[in-house]
Amino acid sequence: MIKRVNYLSKVYGIKNGWTLDVYEREVQGYQAAKKALRMTQQQVVDEAKKMNIRGRGGAGFPMGIKWSFMKPHPTKPAYLVINADEGEPGTHKDRTIMELNPHSVIEGCIIGCFGIGAHVAYVYVRDELHLSKERLWSAIKEAKAKGYLGKTPFGIDYPVEVYVHTGAGAYICGEETSLLNSLEGKRGEPRLKPPFPAQAGAFGCPTTVNNLETIAMVPAAFMMGGDTYSQLSALHHLRDGGSRLFGVNGHVKKPQVIELCVGVTLRELIYDIGGGIEGDRELLGVIPGGSSTPILRADEKVNAPDEKSPLHPWHGKSVLDVPLGVDTMRGIGTMLGTCCATVLAEGTCPVLAMENLMQFYRHESCGQCTPCREGGAWLFRTVTKILDGKATMAELDNLHDIANNIMGNTICAFGEGTAMPALGFLQKFRKDFEAYVLGERTREDATLLVNL
Amino acid sequence: MPQPPAGFALSADRERALREILTRYPTKMGACIPLLHLCQEQEGWISPEIVEYVSHTLDLPLSHVQGVVTFYTLFNQKPVGKHQVWVCRTLPCALRGAGTVLQHCEKRLGIHAGETTEDGKVTLRTAECLASCGTAPMIQVDKEYFENLTLEKVDEILDRLTR
Repeated sequence: MIKRVNYLSKVYGIKNGWTLDVYEREVQGYQAAKKALRMTQQQVVDEAKKMNIRGRGGAGFPMGIKWSFMKPHPTKPAYLVINADEGEPGTHKDRTIMELNPHSVIEGCIIGCFGIGAHVAYVYVRDELHLSKERLWSAIKEAKAKGYLGKTPFGIDYPVEVYVHTGAGAYICGEETSLLNSLEGKRGEPRLKPPFPAQAGAFGCPTTVNNLETIAMVPAAFMMGGDTYSQLSALHHLRDGGSRLFGVNGHVKKPQVIELCVGVTLRELIYDIGGGIEGDRELLGVIPGGSSTPILRADEKVNAPDEKSPLHPWHGKSVLDVPLGVDTMRGIGTMLGTCCATVLAEGTCPVLAMENLMQFYRHESCGQCTPCREGGAWLFRTVTKILDGKATMAELDNLHDIANNIMGNTICAFGEGTAMPALGFLQKFRKDFEAYVLGERTREDATLLVNL
Repeated sequence: MPQPPAGFALSADRERALREILTRYPTKMGACIPLLHLCQEQEGWISPEIVEYVSHTLDLPLSHVQGVVTFYTLFNQKPVGKHQVWVCRTLPCALRGAGTVLQHCEKRLGIHAGETTEDGKVTLRTAECLASCGTAPMIQVDKEYFENLTLEKVDEILDRLTR
């Protein structure tokens, strides 16, 4: 069920689409913020709940409920922090928003700040994204000049300031608590939870951390009415509402980012949106939403015989025909993540793909927890050894133990982010790993490329 | 009152930028990463003098600043070339030929990833995902992204840098 929409992406192709003029002309820019500031805080949060926006950063927590956790503190200010530290391999959607529609972020921040009782929003952008930073700062400047930001936005006595803050190259800063540490000027090491950011977040004050796409979606959803927006989705009944940016990359003919209603399937994403597999090959597997989401094999079937299971309607069907949603992807043993799928064609080597990803996770572990720091490096070393034909079957089996011992034994979810994809590859491509151990294949045979 | 350390000073423009940055955060520590960026922009890397300067300016222990510098990949702990070329090597780029691009750069520049050319013009590095998966393969040169690369395009870019 592909339903193309363009709430976030309408200004994408337009000349100077990132400027205030175009934003106001094309999508009624800043009307939602103006409307929200005339409502009560509670009304704004209630409206946000109706949108059923599941966090677009990967974990999929309902945005409105997150907002409702914010309780005013007698002495401390509150903060809104926007996570734009997009750095997961396979994820490439947030950059398009910042570069092509930065005003939707700023307007979302105004509504978000008002809803949670904050006066300052920090947009945490990864430092590599120089154009994104530039476009966001210029949007802030334009909005300030018009009086939409500042002491009295739209003439209403509710000061809002938005600042861009950057890290300096650390994937872990996409984890919300390490992002907060980085914002405070520290090493980006994750914090123990509780306390959750809603109690003690940025600078020790109550804080909401939202993904960039999540907040950028708010103005359009607000104008449409939360409930109407939610019903765009085919998974509205699972409280997974609205539209999102979907990405497709890897071995497809037309890699791209596109805005669609929630409910599209992986098959549609790969063959209709992505134009099919490069070189008209068969599909080997697909990583549904960023490298930490376990890979799905092309020949996998849904197993949900229980009629009460939300996945029962797809029982016995291919996993490629399940609509992409937070709960549906969980149901088939993977995750929706950020909705950006990485496609691997038949003929590419899953062992080499796993080695590539394990190198990433080894490099990006913050080093705080031993299971993640040592385990990640150990996984990488062992896969390398397998590819080089120097590993034994016992070492191959050892990979499962290492990954399982990382799971659940670390402060943040980075550990799972390393272990889950590793286990996915191991379980679904066992024969490929064995072939290297048995000497039936060598590193020279392994490729990640499709030779056209 | 300890004396400000000798050996490093921000330019007047950047000094003004720092004053503005300090107004954005409720604590001085909040300006730590932005200030390090300002310093690196000026000098190309974070020297021990800069660590001392940041520590003094923001009232932070030296160990704190040093810890921040060593944590983040983008802070250079030694001098680098005039231009920095980052080749994204992670899976989505690798599936579309990042390995070939990297090999080509190494051959053309006569250095391995992580090294700087003898004339000090280019430092070649690998990057862990630059959020450009849909337009892979890609490289980042200083502040600019070059996407959907072919080896011809890589040659053009390197020609310009090494000329």
